[in-house]
Order: sequence, then structure tokens, then C-alpha cells
Amino acid sequence: MPLNHHASNQAARPTEHGHTLASVMTDRRRFLGYLVAAPTLAAAAEFGLSAQRPAEAAIPSGPQPPEIYDLNDMLRDAALPTSNLITVTINRDGTASFALPRAEVGQGITTSTAMLVAEELDLPVRRVIVTLADARPELLFNQLTGGSNTTISTFTPIRVAAAIAKQALLQAAAIELGDTVDRLTAKGGVIQAPSGASVTYGELASKAAVRQTRKVAVTLKAASDFTVIGTAQNRIDALEAVTGRKTFTLDLDVQDAKPTMVCRAPRLNGIPREIRNKTEVLAMPGITHIAMVSSGVAVRGGTFGQVIDAIRALDVSWTAGTVAGKSDESVLTELRAAELPLAAPSLGLFVKTVESSFTFHFRSNSALEPNAAIADVRADSAEIWSGLKSPIVARQEIAQLLGLPQSAVTVHVMTSGGSFGRKLFYDAALEAAEISQAMGKPVRLMWHRTDDSRVGRTHPMATSRIRASYRAGNVLTFEQRHTSVSTDFTHGLGEIITAMAAKLPVGGNLSFSETIFALSQEVPYNYGVTDQTLTEVDAAFNTGSMRNIYSPDVCTARELITDQLATAMGKDPYAFRREFLKTARARAVLDKVAEVGRWSRPMPSGMAQGIALHKEYKGVNACLVELDCRPQTVNRTIRDAWTGPRVTKVVMAVDVGLAINPRGLEAQMQGGIMDGIALALTSSLHLKDGYFLEGSWDNYFYTRQWNAPPEIEVIVMPSDIDEPGGAGEFGVASASAATACAYARATGTMPVSFPINHDQPLGFVPKSTVPPIPQSPTDGLTHTY
Amino acid sequence: MPDQTFKLNGEMVTVDVADNVRLLWVLRDVLGVTGPKYGCGINVCKACTSHINGAAFNPCSVPVSKIKRTDEVTTIEGLPGTVGKELHPMQEAWIDEDVAQCGYCQPGQIMAAVAKVNQARREGRVISDADFDEIRNICRCGTYFRIREATRAGAKNM
Repeated sequence: MPLNHHASNQAARPTEHGHTLASVMTDRRRFLGYLVAAPTLAAAAEFGLSAQRPAEAAIPSGPQPPEIYDLNDMLRDAALPTSNLITVTINRDGTASFALPRAEVGQGITTSTAMLVAEELDLPVRRVIVTLADARPELLFNQLTGGSNTTISTFTPIRVAAAIAKQALLQAAAIELGDTVDRLTAKGGVIQAPSGASVTYGELASKAAVRQTRKVAVTLKAASDFTVIGTAQNRIDALEAVTGRKTFTLDLDVQDAKPTMVCRAPRLNGIPREIRNKTEVLAMPGITHIAMVSSGVAVRGGTFGQVIDAIRALDVSWTAGTVAGKSDESVLTELRAAELPLAAPSLGLFVKTVESSFTFHFRSNSALEPNAAIADVRADSAEIWSGLKSPIVARQEIAQLLGLPQSAVTVHVMTSGGSFGRKLFYDAALEAAEISQAMGKPVRLMWHRTDDSRVGRTHPMATSRIRASYRAGNVLTFEQRHTSVSTDFTHGLGEIITAMAAKLPVGGNLSFSETIFALSQEVPYNYGVTDQTLTEVDAAFNTGSMRNIYSPDVCTARELITDQLATAMGKDPYAFRREFLKTARARAVLDKVAEVGRWSRPMPSGMAQGIALHKEYKGVNACLVELDCRPQTVNRTIRDAWTGPRVTKVVMAVDVGLAINPRGLEAQMQGGIMDGIALALTSSLHLKDGYFLEGSWDNYFYTRQWNAPPEIEVIVMPSDIDEPGGAGEFGVASASAATACAYARATGTMPVSFPINHDQPLGFVPKSTVPPIPQSPTDGLTHTY
Repeated sequence: MPDQTFKLNGEMVTVDVADNVRLLWVLRDVLGVTGPKYGCGINVCKACTSHINGAAFNPCSVPVSKIKRTDEVTTIEGLPGTVGKELHPMQEAWIDEDVAQCGYCQPGQIMAAVAKVNQARREGRVISDADFDEIRNICRCGTYFRIREATRAGAKNM
């Protein structure tokens, strides 16, 4: 906590306590932390520190929950009661190291974290080593990577720890150089006295170490003194990534952890009854073990190729699974039946309404690295390696499953080959632990892509019904009824207590979902009486958060209705949004994309622009899309691919408050744009007869080069807000919505079912379900270039 | 089991593995060469893209027995060696343009980019948007735009 709690009065006048603005601002930067007993200098801070935020200004049309207290506040405040430390260590070679209790899944948080440490330590970014911490149960709520929350939560505590380290280095240097701290300067890991004498951080690492942990106060740098934060930095893991040296779970060399896969049921979540040919399959080349486990039949062998052969040869009888007989149509019927009624507005004469219902089909959050884990389970201990965003609850559940005390289970967090929400759960880690225990051997578990696509978690199917009413230039009411197949949040806030709460039969996951929905969804426009609700049904599917959770669907529906309102009220979509937006911050990003993207420039028939806005993660962004729906584009053919309308250009303006690394932020927006395009135009799962048809990347049409816009411009807005917002998921919603709006304007028909290709004839031939995975082709040498 | 012999990243290797095992598993599971990634096993995601005699190909779809003793296989690990430097110009461009996010697909993307630039050159062209539209390597992080920029930049130094 800050040492002094003053209201954050921004005016340059004495406060009621007689402090000047300058002293208030300094107090807001003053924090307590620790020097920790260790062989070399170690400085620590409590996770959960945060500078007090200025109160929100009053707004005319009644605030929704996220405007006052949003999902990120909940994730940050969940950490406040914990008194657990994160530590920056100075090493004898002059580097600083920090084990980040979060998961790097591609979003760039190891780089932005290194920047925070480098800033306060006055050390080059390349000399800061950031690793991922093992599961640390004592961190309770504070080891969950989700909700684009990492930087929001870690911004202050990481800087406090680094600043305390710097302060201790200066004090040690003063003794060493026979001078006083205030006369010393630190630069690039070297501390210099006016005499010219100098000493390096490496030389001071042991000398500055303390024998007893003690509390110390420190003042953080003022934003005006930042030299690293806010500058464009390349990723610290770029060299490893481009040389193939970056190590993912499946690349780890763990003794005797042989390739292992699971033969799965032809219908979703079917479980095995009997293996009819175990002896024959066990005799196949390279196969060492076969074991029936709760999710299927596990096979371990010398190479994954041999394991694939064995799985294809298995003859297993199965139960019918959890969604037997269900299809897209039957689930849609379930959703429609569960929709809460819209309140009929009786607002008097001349009130008109705009109303529509939208359908969003199942989508896959499969990352390019499939679910994977290494497990080495012994009689009295277990060691697990996997890409995990909720490692504490993973460790707790693995211990429970294995019948071991938590302390006997070590869980290593590996850097992930993407997540998109998939790695909030620990399906592979749990399964690998079960298999390793059953076989009595270490296993290297890999989900086949077909399993990852068909059995892996999905973004649930949802409907969104909206009715808005208007009269004489004013929008009077805006109601949105979002109805969804249950979204699984049983990872809770990353540890077992809230995970258990999310599993309770009454309240349970639904109240958790409603909380997430209520804290993340917000209409950024002055639409009078605004009411958004979530209803969830049917928990039989494997679901989870997918990048940006509810927002892409909720936002797409809202922005399409916004265009309808504009048309009905005789206004241009941009001008209409501008008029109804609640905040100047939102108007600024909207104006920026309209200007840079040349809104309403003439375009050929069949092409159009779309514009949309989204507010979340303590930021706001706007997106302008140009879409080509001309027949010669839509009907172009590419082998094993979906073509369809082509986004030709995207302009996005984003205000996240303080942008720690603008280059990383731009990358996250570019990636979010590709996701948004996929959600609007091409990517979905088709449910038929109790299983998902899509079995690999030639079926599931995520954005590819031939769908990607050749032109993208991302504008990172300057901001006077001194704390960072979220980035990892932020680009998706407005990109999806702007693409949908552009489609409606290009074709003259508002799409109501997403992605727009879902109801067209299937663009692929479904792969077999028995055997459950396809054989690898043998003709690779005929496709060289 | 039969011996399989071929040149890998500049060195002759011999492995004792059955004929039908796909080269990807020989590289990853037998030889410990983990730059080429698994993403589908059916030659559609292209994460394992490597070079055979300088041309892009996907080891997930080639039985090891089809690799001849005289064939030269290059994975991302061996790419710098083809130009006798620490890094290939395409890798340098990838770093300069800060392309990688999660990085899982990027070894394959770089190998594809080098082959695509060479293919365009053989046809007397510089790489164009039409060429990029033919690249099938999936990037689930959506780095396609920077891939295009880096490929153009890298091509200039190749």
C-alpha cells in the first residue's frame, strides 16, 4: 500500500491536508518492500500493490459495473489479502533475475516485465533475466494468467522490488566508493562517483546482500523520468524463437519420458469400456505400454509415429459421451428456450425500436502447440511440466488425483506455444499425471491435433438478442440478452478455493460466469436505460474462456445494432457513434481511425468499410475495416482452404493508458485483428451427432495468409493515464465487430449468424472418428517448393 | 531395423529406425532436433517446414526411407550454416521486425519464407502479395502482417 493515502487530487493546489500536488504525487509513488536475506542482493515486494486510482468522473446515463469496478479490479484485488513476495535478485555477473508468477504464452509479458525491472534498476533490458515461476500455492489468487491482467497487477510490485534493489546497490556503492548516495549516478549497471571511481552491480551483488530480511521504503521513478517504459522494445526471447532453441513442453529432454498419446472416443467425452486387442497392439513396433484411463486409452512408445500407428490399430468399445445425439440445431433450440424475455418498452407515442437476434457458433481455442505435458509420477512424488495459466489449482488437483500431498507434487510452468484461453485449464497435465501413475513410467503426452480440435475446449455457442428503442434523436433503452452454453470457469481464480466455489451445484459456475460477464461487459454509448444479462445452460461441453471471452460476440451484436440505429435515425455510423459515446477517450480513438482510415472514402460496389468500438481492460479501442465482398474475391479458390470475403485493410487505434511496450502492444492488436476476422468470417466448429466435425487446420478455418489483410495500421494513442491497461485480448472484439459491420454495408444484408460461412455447405470432408486420428501422409516430397 | 543415412544440417547421420516412421519423428524423437514443430501431422499446418536440397518440405509427411543418402535435410537449426553465419538474413529480419509472439510456428515460417523468396527469384520476380497468399503456414497468434514485412526485408539481404 502507498505510505500515505491521499485522494488523488490532480489540481495544482494544496489539499485539505496542506500537501502540494507535488508531494501528493510523490506519496503516490512511495511504497514499502523488503530486502530479503539471500547470498546476493534480493529485493522483494508484496504482490497486489497498486497506486490509488483517481475517482471516475460522473457520467450522464448511469454507470454500468465495469465503469466503476471491472474484471481487472477483481483480479487485482483478489491478491490484496495475500502477503506473498515477488523477488528481484542481483547476480554476481551483473544481471538481474526475476521469476514471474505468470505464464508467457506469446503475449510478451516476459519482455514487458524485463522492461519494468530494467527501468527501476537502470539496467539494460537484455541484462534482465525473466523466467516463469513454478506453481507457488502461497500466492493464492496471484498466479492466474487471464483477463489480460498481468501488467495491470504486476506493474507496481515489480517496480517496487527493482527500486529497492537499486536503492540497496546505491547504499552499498556509497560505502565502497567512499561517497554519499545522493552524489552517485547509476547507468547501465555501473555506479559512478563524481571522482570517476566506479563499481558494477555484479561487484556489489554479494556486498549489498542482507543477512536478515527487513522492511524498507522506496520511491518509484516519476513517469517523466522513464527511459525504458513506453519505448518500443523487441521481445527478449526473439533470438531463441527464430533459431528453434525456444523450448516448449514437447521439446524438453526428461529422462525416459517417452512419446504418449490417448486414443479417444468417437463421440465427445465418451469413456472407454473395453480394449478388444490390447495384446496385438502392445506387440506393435516401439510400443511399451497401454493403459485405460478416464479419458481414453493411453499408448506409450518409442516415437510419436509409432504411437499414432498403435492408436489407429486399437479396437475399443466406448460409451456414448456427454452430448450424444446433439447438433448445432438442437443446441440452438436449447439456447432459444433459455433466453430471458426482453422487457417491452412502453415509453409512449413515437417510440420506435430496432431489434435482432444473433447466433454465434462453437469455436475452438486450440493453440498451435497442442495440449501437452510431461509427467513423472513416482510412488511418493510427482513432477509435471506443462504450459499452465492456473498452475496452483493444477498442482492441487493433480495431488488430489494421485493421492499425494500437495507438497510432493512439483509443477513447472513451461512457456506455451499460444493459449487463447486454452491453457487456463490443465487438461493435459492432469491426464499425463494419471497416465504416468497408471503406467509407472514418465510420459511425454501430446494431444493429436484432431483431439485438440474435436475434444479440446471450445468457445461455447451463444445467442445475443438486442432491442433498442429511440425517439426524436435519443436512444431511450438498450437491452441485450446474451444466452450461452455454459462457459467453464472452474479454474476459479487459479487456486482451489474459488475453483471449488465455481464447481458448487447451486450458484457455482453460473454465478461465477455472471460475475465475469457483469464485470467485463459495458455499453460505451449513452443509450439511456441499459440492461445486459447473461444466461448460461448445458454444461455438457468442454468449454472455457477463449481470447476476450464474451466480448467479441457481445460487441459484434451491439455494434451491428448500433449501425441499425444510425440508419433508422438517419445518421452516418461514425457520426452516430461519435454523438453517443460516453467519454472523450472513446471519441479520440474513434476519430483517429476515421481520420487515418479515411472513413466514407469512395469504394467500388461490393466493397465497404465498417467501424466499431470496444471498451474493456481499462482501455478503449476503435477499429476500421475495409472488406471486399465482390464475387471475384469471394469465389476465388485455394486448395484445402476457405476464401470468402477478404479484409483488405484494418486501422485500429488503441488507448490502454500507459503503454509499457508500444511494439508489443501493436503486435497484440495485430494478432487480435486476425482472431476478430476469423470469428466474423471463417472459424467455427460444426456439432453433429454428438461430436465436432472439424479435425484439423484444413477443417477449422482460422485466418490464413490468404485471408489476412495486406494493410494494417495500429495507432497507439498517447495517454495521460499513468497506469497500464490490458492488451492480450483487447484487439479481438472491435475487429470482429467492424468486420461484421463492413459485411453488412458491403452486401446490404446484416449478418445474424457467425461466422458468416457457418451455415453454408461444409468446406471440407470430415475425417473419420474410428480410428480417431488420421494417418500422416507419405507424399510430402511431391509438395516441395 | 534398417539403418537410415542422410545429411542433416551439414553432417551425415545414421539412425536405426523403421522405414515408415515419418521424418519429423526421426528428427524430434530420435535425433533430438526440436526446431521443427508438430502442429497437425498431416501436412496442413506447416509448423515442421524444413528444407530438402534447398526446397521447402514437411517432414511430418515423408517416411524416413524416402530420404536418400545423397539428400541434404536442413532444419531451422542448420539454416545459418547455409550462409556460413551466426544467423541467416531471414532470421535477422525476423528479429528486427519483432515477428514472433509465442514462437511455435516461427521456425517453419522462416524456412517457408526463405524457400518462397528463392522460388520467386528463380522465376525472376521479387516476392509479392500474391506469393504471400500462397504461404500455407498457420500462425495462431496472427503474426501474418509482420511475417510479410520481415520476409520482404530479409529478401533484400539474401
